[in-house]
Amino acid sequence: MNHNVYDVLGLAAAVCFILALKGLSTPKTARRGNLIGAAGATLATIIVFFAPRPAGDPHHNTLLILLAIAFGVLVGVPAARKIQMTQMPQLVALFNGVGGGAAALVATVEYLNLSKDGKPSTANLVATVFTVIVGCTSFSGSVITFMKLQELMTTRPVVFPAGRFVIAATLVGVLGTGGWVIASGGNTPLLVMGGLALLFGVLFVLPVGGADVPIVISLLNAFTGLTVAASGYVLQSTLLIVAGTLVGASGTILTRLMAAAMGRSLFGTLFGAFTAKPQEATGTGEVRSVKSGSPDDVAILLNYAQRVVIVPGFGLAVAQAQHTVRELADLLAAKGVDVAYGIHPVAGRMPGHMNVLLAEANVPYEQLVEMDEVNPTFPQTDVVLVVGANDVVNPAAKTTPGCPIYGMPILDVSEAGNVIFLKRSMRPGFAGIENELLYDAKTTLLFGDAKDSLTKVVSALKAL
Amino acid sequence: MTTMAILTIFLLAIFVGFEVVSKVSTTLHTPLMSGANAIHGIILVGAIIVADNATSTLETSLSILAVVLATINMVGGFVVTDRMLEMFKGKPKAKKEVAK
Repeated sequence: MNHNVYDVLGLAAAVCFILALKGLSTPKTARRGNLIGAAGATLATIIVFFAPRPAGDPHHNTLLILLAIAFGVLVGVPAARKIQMTQMPQLVALFNGVGGGAAALVATVEYLNLSKDGKPSTANLVATVFTVIVGCTSFSGSVITFMKLQELMTTRPVVFPAGRFVIAATLVGVLGTGGWVIASGGNTPLLVMGGLALLFGVLFVLPVGGADVPIVISLLNAFTGLTVAASGYVLQSTLLIVAGTLVGASGTILTRLMAAAMGRSLFGTLFGAFTAKPQEATGTGEVRSVKSGSPDDVAILLNYAQRVVIVPGFGLAVAQAQHTVRELADLLAAKGVDVAYGIHPVAGRMPGHMNVLLAEANVPYEQLVEMDEVNPTFPQTDVVLVVGANDVVNPAAKTTPGCPIYGMPILDVSEAGNVIFLKRSMRPGFAGIENELLYDAKTTLLFGDAKDSLTKVVSALKAL
Repeated sequence: MTTMAILTIFLLAIFVGFEVVSKVSTTLHTPLMSGANAIHGIILVGAIIVADNATSTLETSLSILAVVLATINMVGGFVVTDRMLEMFKGKPKAKKEVAK
């Protein structure tokens, strides 16, 4: 392929990515934006096979590459298609991890290749070191994130004695070996550096509490983007530089937006576990009484309310109860009750998780009210129905300095007349903190799977 | 390509990246993250370039592994993003119903 044609097509792919991100920022154009991005990626992947090459330099491994792509498609597409919407966050984490791993491998191979003609240039070495360190960190960090979200390991912050010194020492080790690679080249330093970076990724994510994991996914995502940009520098590929930088920049903004939605600084998210006192979920250990109700009690409360706000959380996603909750809301609306959904920006396990789920159930967009708008309306709300949420309505975020979610903006549901919690058990939420509101006099608990409970409430309501 | 040209591209891309997502609503945070995640799957192009030049067994196996991982990232990323966004369709209709 002619050099100019190749460059112009590469540029077209880069423009596709910009349009994709732009499109993804507005609900109306989001899906089209994603398809434009996919088209750009496909274009870029096809043209690279026809990249101009120096005369007499044959292609290698073409068949193997095509088989590898086919294999990747066979793994990736079914995983993406079959995954339950509840497990989406961990899948995104995993995809991000393999991307980071791929970037680290690409940089390593190019390093081996450049090293054949003696020590590579310093600029190339710096870019390689950056890619391998950040790519490895992103890979192992994403795997730990995946395990936390999949609950293959504890979702609580993992803090070990002198943890911050171990992490600091590992970081110094990573940077030191990075300097060693830049100074001397050679394979051993690179191997040691990669190993230390993998370890650093694990140590870096372990202390992050469950509720903050989405922020970490977003941060690692931005990191992976930057590694792609750095490997683009080594490979002299404008497309990789542009695409990687776009992801790095937009990912950084997105991470900040998410952290802001949770009322936390990025620093506090990443290092908070070292300063906060670990809270015992069982508290004083005394058995305290809670008021639990039957589906009929709940139906009666809802039936005579003027205004009901539904606060969905991860439990709604787990129980796949989005359609049932909509049925309930429609039923109430038909009875003349003013119904709205109070959406906490980080309810569920990813920002916007609830919006996606409720959109699936065709809940009208206007009924989804964001936190800042819904909070002032709670004093005029008769009943708040909390469906599988906990941390986002936990007053401890306001009243208990030092608890992991302290400072996070919450939905002030305690201002409402009655609060109904649909919960599976008294187990604390994802962040592992006791919720005082459960013991409040105006709170009624309805235990059980959210979908079952809602179905019972719906039939009780119909019978009234 | 000169370092200066690369630096220029890099800086301009940062500003474009900041600009395009600066006004995104929380509703779209998750799909946007997922979409950006798919875009960095473009490392597939880099993986193909190095695999295409690989001669030794070590280089070949590492770069082929990179191709597999990058493909999973890219293809899986776009598909899962599309699945999330699929759920947003039909919204304008729902809007009108409420208005009545």
